[in-house]
Amino acid sequence: MDVNSVPQDDSSTYAKNKKAIYASDENGNVSVVASSGWEVEEAATKQALSDLEESAKQAYTLVKNGEMSPLYFHMYAVRMDLQVLSESTGFFKWTIKKDFDPSKFSNIKDKRMAVYAEAMGKSQDELKILPKGLYE
Amino acid sequence: MNNFEHSHSAHCESGVMSAMLRHHGLELSEPMIFGLSSAMTFAYLPFLKLGGLPLIAYRNMPKSIIKNIRKNLKIKMKLETFSNKEKGQKRLDELLKEGKIVGAQTSVYWLDYFPEEMRFHFNAHNLIIYDKEEDGAYKISDPVFETPQVCSAASLTKARFVKGVMAPKGLLYYPTHVPRDIDLKPIIAKNIKKTAKRMLKTPIPIEGLRAIRYLAKHIRALGKKDKRYAKLFLGNIVRMQEEIGTGGAGFRYIYAAFLKEASDIFDKNTTLDEASKLMLEVGDEWRDFALAIAKSIKPKKEIDFNGLADRLLSIAENEAKVYTKMLEFNGK
Repeated sequence: MDVNSVPQDDSSTYAKNKKAIYASDENGNVSVVASSGWEVEEAATKQALSDLEESAKQAYTLVKNGEMSPLYFHMYAVRMDLQVLSESTGFFKWTIKKDFDPSKFSNIKDKRMAVYAEAMGKSQDELKILPKGLYE
Repeated sequence: MNNFEHSHSAHCESGVMSAMLRHHGLELSEPMIFGLSSAMTFAYLPFLKLGGLPLIAYRNMPKSIIKNIRKNLKIKMKLETFSNKEKGQKRLDELLKEGKIVGAQTSVYWLDYFPEEMRFHFNAHNLIIYDKEEDGAYKISDPVFETPQVCSAASLTKARFVKGVMAPKGLLYYPTHVPRDIDLKPIIAKNIKKTAKRMLKTPIPIEGLRAIRYLAKHIRALGKKDKRYAKLFLGNIVRMQEEIGTGGAGFRYIYAAFLKEASDIFDKNTTLDEASKLMLEVGDEWRDFALAIAKSIKPKKEIDFNGLADRLLSIAENEAKVYTKMLEFNGK
């Protein structure tokens, strides 16, 4: 890529930051050019972000309808999924799934809730409720 | 206090190593670090899923740049991990007090200076901590940012101690002895050969050119899958290639920069100069491939799976020419 053709697309996914892209000058020397974004990359990032957002939204509805425990929503709200939550807590997936059951949710011991709270960067109290008024 | 200077890099690990060694009197560019650690590759591991999508990588395993640079340049480095947060933070403060600059492995998601749009759960992000402010926040030189950043102590500690895949365990690293006057020539020659051979000759289909062809095969078969999944699968390729700080075209441009620098070091060696040009061209092909994907993942668009797969096969063929050219280099 030529130094003059490095995209400067002001991508919203860069949030006003610039990334270093390597490009060549007429002598074939390749060096860093700061880029404000590329719409191609932006499209892919946005796709991933909207997929995460969609998962959180669906989870929110399920929790609201009483089909899942609040933990299920919070997992997606911090951009995790069952695999990442399992890895970051050290809990087996099947045991986490039990905690998604609203009827068993209140039985979770404090010690276990503390591990969730630590992994997800939220207080135990926050994890126990569904935030009001989202996605409406 | 030290007089550390921040510089803007494409990739976190090569950027940290380049800045850290420069601080210790060894001037090596980011592409040189990248090339000398044989960091470029292509890997496709369909059975290893992240967020439901297969692992695709354009560079070697995290931490391999640090380890290979240490080994290849005979740099003495100390790597420390910690059993708990308190010890980890205390040790960091001690090192900073000694005036050291310290490399650290972190999770991108918990670093508070990262904008929302860039925060994902990736646990092997490298940065340099070079000072502490009076209010307890840390001064960070994050190579992928244009300017130095500030990170709160709570956020940095959280980012250093996440659990899970590639958990950093608070990893801190810093050189204890950096040799001067290194004869780069034999190291360059060796690593050019190593990269070329790995790309051309890895006998299993998950790495090298075979992995590119393997991915092409799976793209062709995506037509049979759910369309939403197919689009996420394709978008994931672009993200690994462009979003995660590759310097463009999945590290191909940065490697072209390395080949050009290597050519200069070998008195304008023409073989390496040609290899650099070929690599730049292949890089452009990767960018075109990403562009074609971006067009096809738009809503309501039909996807030409065969067309995308054919592009990849063409890329593999043209990359082969670069590596063959690199093997022609006799190291003199």
